[in-house]
Amino acid sequence: MSRRDLCIIGAGPAGMAAAVEARAAGLSVTVLDEALRPGGQIYRDVTRASEARLAILGPDYAAGQALAARFAASGAEHLCGASVWHIEQEDGGFLLSYSQNGASSQVEAAKLIVATGALEHPMPLPGWTLPGVTTTGALQILLKTSGVVPEDVVLVGCGPLQLLLAAQLVAAGRPPRAIVETVPTANYLAAGKHLPRALRGFGYLAKGAGLLLKLRRAGVPIYRDAQAIALEGDATLEAVRFTSGGRGHRIETTTAGLHHGVVPNQQVTRLMRCEHRWNADQHAFAPVCDTYGESSVPGLFVAGDGAGIRGAVSAALAGRLAAARIAGRPDSVTAPLVQALARDAAVRPLLEALYRPCAQALSPSDDTLVCRCEEITAGQIRAAATAGAPGPNQVKAFLRTGMGPCQGRTCGLAVTGLIAQSSGRSPDDTGYFRIRPPLKPLTLSEMAARDD
Amino acid sequence: MYTRTEPLRQPVQFSFEGQPLQAEAGETLAAALLAGNVGAFRTTPVSGSDRAAYCMMGACFECLVTIDGTPNRQACMTEVRDGMVVTRQRGPA
Repeated sequence: MSRRDLCIIGAGPAGMAAAVEARAAGLSVTVLDEALRPGGQIYRDVTRASEARLAILGPDYAAGQALAARFAASGAEHLCGASVWHIEQEDGGFLLSYSQNGASSQVEAAKLIVATGALEHPMPLPGWTLPGVTTTGALQILLKTSGVVPEDVVLVGCGPLQLLLAAQLVAAGRPPRAIVETVPTANYLAAGKHLPRALRGFGYLAKGAGLLLKLRRAGVPIYRDAQAIALEGDATLEAVRFTSGGRGHRIETTTAGLHHGVVPNQQVTRLMRCEHRWNADQHAFAPVCDTYGESSVPGLFVAGDGAGIRGAVSAALAGRLAAARIAGRPDSVTAPLVQALARDAAVRPLLEALYRPCAQALSPSDDTLVCRCEEITAGQIRAAATAGAPGPNQVKAFLRTGMGPCQGRTCGLAVTGLIAQSSGRSPDDTGYFRIRPPLKPLTLSEMAARDD
Repeated sequence: MYTRTEPLRQPVQFSFEGQPLQAEAGETLAAALLAGNVGAFRTTPVSGSDRAAYCMMGACFECLVTIDGTPNRQACMTEVRDGMVVTRQRGPA
């Protein structure tokens, strides 16, 4: 079995940048990534995108090409299509079990950087399981990987990704049918307080304003402060129903994109029993990390959105910072990275105050499905909490929520939120699913076919 | 409905429920199925309701299909290949 100075899980901006930095410092590095090509979700398939697609997706996406090229030239071992399913602490390091091409292998590492990025914030709304309804992130992945676009999409929710994808669809000649935005008017006032600080991140504000202008010019209707949202259809999506401006609306469509922010992917850090804390501004749990990204488990670093949502630029900076720290680089290398991270974060408080998660999805009606795998409703979860289940693991034992193949990735925060609301306790006191191996379902033959 | 913004450069042929479909070499099976507007990818084990790809990033497991006789494959994490025989996964498979 091979032993590395550093293993990195995830080949998005954080993982790629960490690998480049660590290799430059002379460390032996293996990067394990589930995808077939580097880039993560933000730079998904950037290495094979056509010129036409790069033009549609814009320069912030194309910027991933340079990082991917540096990563390819770094000399780091890149295991693609490799799904890490267990990690054990061993001899002061880490033993990773992963599955690749139908067989399992193991690799040892002295240090570990978890760069597994973000997941969509769960958005349980009536009808959200209908074919034709996807996350907005899924629609952008579809565009990045295949140049496939929805013809008539209604984008429901809020956040920069909604506006970015809408503008990209305009550029692709398929403008969305509508944007159904869930931002209450009060959020604009709350966000305004953060404007002076956000001006230090002027580039992001200018980009946002540019997106809005593009959508206005294209005539994409934006419905404000949408409530009572329902995705309707018999076998597949047929319409989006909601109220806005005191009136009921029903827009016929075969496709909808749901999004109200992204949250750290906690699967690996929870498996490793890292300490996590609720971030009320981001409405999500994040692992507790020091300035350099080291978690409460010594030697385990978290870089990128998995440590808290800060976007692709910060992810690459955080990846470099963690790798530089692991390589023992001096303050003269790490201090500028710490400063750059602080500058890049200037716009975050404004975004977080403006694009708070959608209230309806945080407190779904009793008959709304929350756990998609096991088909458990919000009402069932509330009833279990009222009956005395103190946290997600007891609700899981009662109802099987989070026990399906997604292992809580799609519903976990919603389950925590519902129990916390019912019990009147904080999300920190309520806790989260206990994540156990294997991190992804695997066949017995994959486990048996050990190729080491 | 989904549509392609570019013509196929390197087409591959596969089938879904016996229906012949085309895809771009290198893309995921889930992308090819959405582009083919196939509707449901599977039915659920609990209620038998229809589901299709939801997250496209390997997290939600809604895109499970049977590929060349092997059930429970994540279409969004699988590269489409020439000659693939894909069927809807019905219930627990």
